[in-house]
Amino acid sequence: MLQLFDFEKPIAELEQKITELQKFSADKEIDLSQEVAILEKKVASLKKEIYGNLEPWQKVQIARHSERPNFYDYVPLLFEDFIELKGDRLFADDRSIAGGIALFHGIPVTVVAQVKGKGTKENIKRNFGMPHPEGYRKALRLMDQAEKFGRPILTFIDTPGAACDLAAEERGQGEAIARCLLAMAGYHVPVISTVIGEGGSGGALALGVGNVVLMLENSFYSVIAPESCASILWKDTTKAKEAAAALKFTAQDLLRLGVADEIVREPLGGAHKNLRQTAEEVALAISKYLVRLRLETPDVLRTNRYQKLRAIGVYQEISEKSSEILEKP
Amino acid sequence: MFKDIFKKTRYVTIQPAPVQNRSSSEISPQPPTLSKKELPDSLWVKCPKCGEVLFNKDLEENARVCTKCEYHFRISARGRLALLADENSFEEWDTELITLDPLEFPGYEGKLLEAHEKSGTTEGVLTGRAKIEEIPVVLAFNEANFMMGSMGSVVGEKIVRAIERAIELSLPVVIFSTSGGARMQEGILSLYQMAKTSAALGKLSDKHLLYISVLTDPTFGGVTASYASLGDILIAEPNALIGFTGPRVIMQTMRQELPTGAQTAEFNQEHGLIDLIVQRAQMRSVLARLLRYHQGGA
Repeated sequence: MLQLFDFEKPIAELEQKITELQKFSADKEIDLSQEVAILEKKVASLKKEIYGNLEPWQKVQIARHSERPNFYDYVPLLFEDFIELKGDRLFADDRSIAGGIALFHGIPVTVVAQVKGKGTKENIKRNFGMPHPEGYRKALRLMDQAEKFGRPILTFIDTPGAACDLAAEERGQGEAIARCLLAMAGYHVPVISTVIGEGGSGGALALGVGNVVLMLENSFYSVIAPESCASILWKDTTKAKEAAAALKFTAQDLLRLGVADEIVREPLGGAHKNLRQTAEEVALAISKYLVRLRLETPDVLRTNRYQKLRAIGVYQEISEKSSEILEKP
Repeated sequence: MFKDIFKKTRYVTIQPAPVQNRSSSEISPQPPTLSKKELPDSLWVKCPKCGEVLFNKDLEENARVCTKCEYHFRISARGRLALLADENSFEEWDTELITLDPLEFPGYEGKLLEAHEKSGTTEGVLTGRAKIEEIPVVLAFNEANFMMGSMGSVVGEKIVRAIERAIELSLPVVIFSTSGGARMQEGILSLYQMAKTSAALGKLSDKHLLYISVLTDPTFGGVTASYASLGDILIAEPNALIGFTGPRVIMQTMRQELPTGAQTAEFNQEHGLIDLIVQRAQMRSVLARLLRYHQGGA
């Protein structure tokens, strides 16, 4: 049974009623098709109303849904071929990051992604999608290879954040992430980053320095988890809902703030309701930008990426010559 | 006056502090000194390491290093500058950048005003050019007294501008980080300052210009995971706490208690994460030696 959220309950109740009515109609051989049709129409409009007006916290719940498609779910639907490559050559193979070479619409690309598990067992194996330094160093190795062979890089972001334990500290979590940021900023190949689920802080950003940043409609991308933010602001992790609103981290917010370039539509209720349809939308968006980026020269790709990063930030500047206040952006 | 501007916009507008060198071309007529804000009200302070009760004045005169056990207390950005740069050599940059509240984040305005009061500065980093033993260098110092040196749009922008100017001038860069990380109150914009500063350092590196990163107490989160870790040479002050995730968060999320001494400069060095641990008193001469090796290298 699918995980059901409180805000989805009215829909589920109505759907339940329709099923009962249909069963009753079949059992007693009474024609209730008109009544069913009315209810079905009502369900459709209720879905639109509820799923079309999701609050930030509800999006967080959908982005973290246990059935939310992960990177491996998308692989067969996005790529004609995929060869997974493992290990950082320094310490270990981190299974919260997957990567390799793939064929996207006939184009060889390098793919790197954070991967959450499905279910407890797999999640333990994948450390709940929280990479250690060796994960980021694997990502870096594969991306450097893409640069060497002139392959575009596609990254997929889905992590609660980088691993936060003693092992991560001992092996230089900060340095591992920082190296990814510096390297990605300097590549001469197209880089497209897609947030497919949870974009948790620096651990997510390590794969996020794209020429283009795409966000799935119900994904979020934040400097801090809403629970941690609530704990800092109100010393109360149960106020995560309020924190989610304050952090302005939905796809729509990020588009407005100049971080995301496009929002990829999800089926009503979230990606898990229809994986195939979601994957088609993702493929469409990636393809659109990849075609454009491949027309650019290596130097232009690099310069444009730098300019994009350079423009992120909001502040005022008092010009020296006059007291005029310049506002940016 | 402060209040008027404040009322007209929905943003927080902290005016640049009335420092002498508003324009970047002027050179500070006064040698920078330890700010008054740095002196706690009490005359005495207890060393957290050895427990010695120190006379505050002695502590200040000893560059805020315990006179008994050499424990390094935190020090302001201007305090550091005074210890490092040649007299009258500092030219401050980008004082006219003003922090806004783009997310209209709960309590941010108040926090900014409070930080301004506490630190006497307008943001979490001080940047500019100076000379260290006659060697020209671009410098940046996080200000611990301003929201623990956290990085929002202005901090990121000031650091990037300093790096870009270093490239124009073909100068080496030394950044002293003291920071809790990316500033929560500016959300995703803060997070991307990590990418922005790292990108700028990549450009500096392409020009074969030296970057020395000095990590001081505390350096965490988004700052450790960006510019603080990207130095050609990484230096730390003794007993500085340096890491990615703070010990409290590790405890809360992983229920893991860190062993004593974890995340200290010494721990980081033992794990191969930093090059050198340098006492505050020796910092100027060590930096000068390193800078001299790289002169004319560009």
